[in-house]
Amino acid sequence: MFGRAALVAFLVVLAAVPLIAPQFYVTLGNYIGLYSMVALGLVLLTGVAGQTSFGQAAFVGLGAYTSAYLTTRYGTSPWLTLAIGIAITLLVALFLGFITLRMKGHYLPLATIAWGISLYYVFGNLEMLGGHTGMTGIPALSLFGFELKDERRYFYLIWLLVLAALWATHNILDSRPGRAIRALRGGLGMVEAFGVDAARLKIVAFVYAALLACISGWLYAHLQRFVNPTPFGINQGIEYLFMAVVGGAGSVWGAVVGATLITLLKQLLQDMLPGLLGRQGNFELVVFGILMVLLLQFARDGVWPWIARLMPRRAPPPVPEATPLSARARTHADGPLLRVAKARKQFGGLVAVHDLSFEIREGEILGLIGPNGAGKSTTFALISGALPLTSGEVLLNGTSIGSRPPYEIAQLGIGRTFQHVKLIPGMTVLDNVAIGAYLRGTSGVAQAALRLDRAEEARTKAEAARAIARVGLGDHMFDTAGSLALGQQRIVEIARALAADPALLLLDEPAAGLRYLEKQELARLLRALKAEGMTILLVEHDMDFVMGLTDRLVVMDFGEKLAEGVPAEIQRNPAVREAYLGGVA
Amino acid sequence: MDATIAALLTQDGVTNGAIYALLALALVLVFTVTRVIFVPSGEFVAWGTLTLAGLQLGKAPGIVGLIVGMAVLAGLMETWTAVRANDARRIPRALALWSGVPLVVAALVHFLAPMSLPLLVQVVLALAAVTVLGPLLYRVAYQPVAEASVLVLLIVSVALHFAMLGLGLWFFGAEGSRTPAFTSASFSIGAVNVSVQSLLVIGTSVALIGALALFFGRTLYGKALRATAVNRAGARLCGISPPFAGALTFALAALMCAFCGVLIGPITTVYYDSGFLISLKGFVGAIIGGLASYPMAAAGSLLVGLIESFSSFWASAFKEVIVFTLIIPVLLWRSLTTHHHEDEEE
Repeated sequence: MFGRAALVAFLVVLAAVPLIAPQFYVTLGNYIGLYSMVALGLVLLTGVAGQTSFGQAAFVGLGAYTSAYLTTRYGTSPWLTLAIGIAITLLVALFLGFITLRMKGHYLPLATIAWGISLYYVFGNLEMLGGHTGMTGIPALSLFGFELKDERRYFYLIWLLVLAALWATHNILDSRPGRAIRALRGGLGMVEAFGVDAARLKIVAFVYAALLACISGWLYAHLQRFVNPTPFGINQGIEYLFMAVVGGAGSVWGAVVGATLITLLKQLLQDMLPGLLGRQGNFELVVFGILMVLLLQFARDGVWPWIARLMPRRAPPPVPEATPLSARARTHADGPLLRVAKARKQFGGLVAVHDLSFEIREGEILGLIGPNGAGKSTTFALISGALPLTSGEVLLNGTSIGSRPPYEIAQLGIGRTFQHVKLIPGMTVLDNVAIGAYLRGTSGVAQAALRLDRAEEARTKAEAARAIARVGLGDHMFDTAGSLALGQQRIVEIARALAADPALLLLDEPAAGLRYLEKQELARLLRALKAEGMTILLVEHDMDFVMGLTDRLVVMDFGEKLAEGVPAEIQRNPAVREAYLGGVA
Repeated sequence: MDATIAALLTQDGVTNGAIYALLALALVLVFTVTRVIFVPSGEFVAWGTLTLAGLQLGKAPGIVGLIVGMAVLAGLMETWTAVRANDARRIPRALALWSGVPLVVAALVHFLAPMSLPLLVQVVLALAAVTVLGPLLYRVAYQPVAEASVLVLLIVSVALHFAMLGLGLWFFGAEGSRTPAFTSASFSIGAVNVSVQSLLVIGTSVALIGALALFFGRTLYGKALRATAVNRAGARLCGISPPFAGALTFALAALMCAFCGVLIGPITTVYYDSGFLISLKGFVGAIIGGLASYPMAAAGSLLVGLIESFSSFWASAFKEVIVFTLIIPVLLWRSLTTHHHEDEEE
């Protein structure tokens, strides 16, 4: 995204600031660095994972006060206090994340507001932390015997760490866990069907953001060499969020842009407004508030996308070949691949699926059809694990899957598509399909941040590219999923399911809303997959589509099996005709 | 601590709790109907007190100017929407509603302020002035982004809280105000001294909560709001306009907040920035009810009031810490008992 020349120019300016700029601008640059670090965490948490925290300033305070207290009271080395601060932050963030992020709803922002205010009062009221006057005499950092007392030298330390954090965050976004975090906004049902533990990833994003805030606080304490509670209050916490939103919370560079803009604007407003209005007051608050509302009304993605548009766009490099990810061992069991035995689903008094039994044999395309309300979609949900069984059994290769959560079922070899397409519109087709291969990789956030996941990442991308080629969308690999037509999006969903290397493919009304030619295209693809040995369960109500394509059909009506057989038999079956046509024929 | 002090603290706690309960109900109402987490509610509370205090001094408060400005803006926005929809016929009605009504209220407050009218009239004026700001705020700030995610709406709320905080300092100055008690009478039950003012606060809160229950249970508009809270798309199909529901909700919520301000004024000194902490205590109460249940929110707020009053006796410096840390066990309890396997799509 960021043109290489622009990046070099940015680094040159950074390197030059402490050498040539007046003191005032160096100080400003230091603060922008500290703020960028915190805002960067919010990019991942808010802009990407869709959660938010108003308590980042409290984490900054945690880092600052931990170091201030330990270095002044016990003379601990600042480098050791950094580690201790990180450990404390980790515990607090894990705890807060655990109690709020596993729930539906918006408890994290509210919990972090409460946490931010509580910690502020703790700082202000504890005698041992100096109360509201704060603590002085914090030692300067020294590195290899070099004392970093001078702000100009400190500038390099701050920005070195900011650049490292930018690099790490950028790496995380372009990795296995990063893709999953980006996909969280597509709905939990979708990510969990591919084995993603959504609650865990949200907690990871929150902890990551808290750790960056803690590091920023540690840097702050040893820059100022004095701390008091004021900069760690809830207002500063809100300002950090503003920085991320103004800059553009969808990109790592948005954090730097936002921190710069807000810091400069605040400086400007504090200098100018009292003069203009002729009296003292917190007018910058008013201007900030109003600007923020206007921004959210007219440019919700912040400033960065406008800057990014000016950058030259490089064509994406082709995906290189790589060793395939390890494939599932194909066990050729004697029995059927999937056996549904007396499956029942009851919603209160309504029996949606009534003791339904059928089998899917290896290598066939089975159609599950029936009039509206027959219980097809419920049956689909029972097999994919989206709904738990009331009674009965679903067996995959002899293993019971009836009461397992979706991600375990995915792991056991069932890939699925969704009736309402669930792709991430802003992500490329390649990245969308790579989500399908989530369970076939193992690398986590730490490996991703340090780029230790590259070998596995190359194999994942190659695997995704193969799945895309297999469904015939190779030309659209780097297009965003949102730019494709509905028919193509459904096919991307199939590619995503294929990337999981399933033994059984579940397709939920794949032909719904498609035009005639698109349907033909889809039928051709499914036949080709069958020829490669794939087993497919198709839930559909488009008769023409199903009749020409499937090997066998199961017809449902009122939650029960009405008929089973090859398409020609089903077409002649009087009970089926009655269910569909009301007995006229 | 002896029984007398305990009784006194309980009385304080219940009085504050009743105010928080009113606030918690406003927050639950706004959240269920519009999905907005109403952070600026605290400013509405503070402005209620401070406007009344201003009227007592015979001064027209600064918010009159804000009402005028917002009324003009809302009128322009309505006109623009009507012109774009090619529906010029609805302009007069929209202007009368969005600009006319607030301007009349502003004019009344402005001209009646120096007349040192009886307390009750001043209370009505203060309530009216703050209440009209509710729907205006909804129209100008929230309605254009009404379909955005809860997160975006929350950030808008926080931005408005910031803006209103700055405006509050400008309008009312940095000094705090206290409004005179409605009555200084008190009586004793045994050794316990009960102030009539406390009873008045509790009584008013209970009466308002009762009135709301009637409104939601018995009136068409109340039922429309409940329908919107349950299912926005469905309510729209039944002919309930979401902007109308939003504006009505904000009017009600602003009125309830202003009431809180009027009730709390004689109990504690209110500064331009006091509202945020007060409203957060209402939030803690509302969260105990999961931002959805009215009775639980009221009960939670009562608990917050009691904990606050007892902790101010034992550890007054850590009063706020204790009250806000209360949210942690509450969330822990909710997260362990709530089934979390639900879809939350945007």
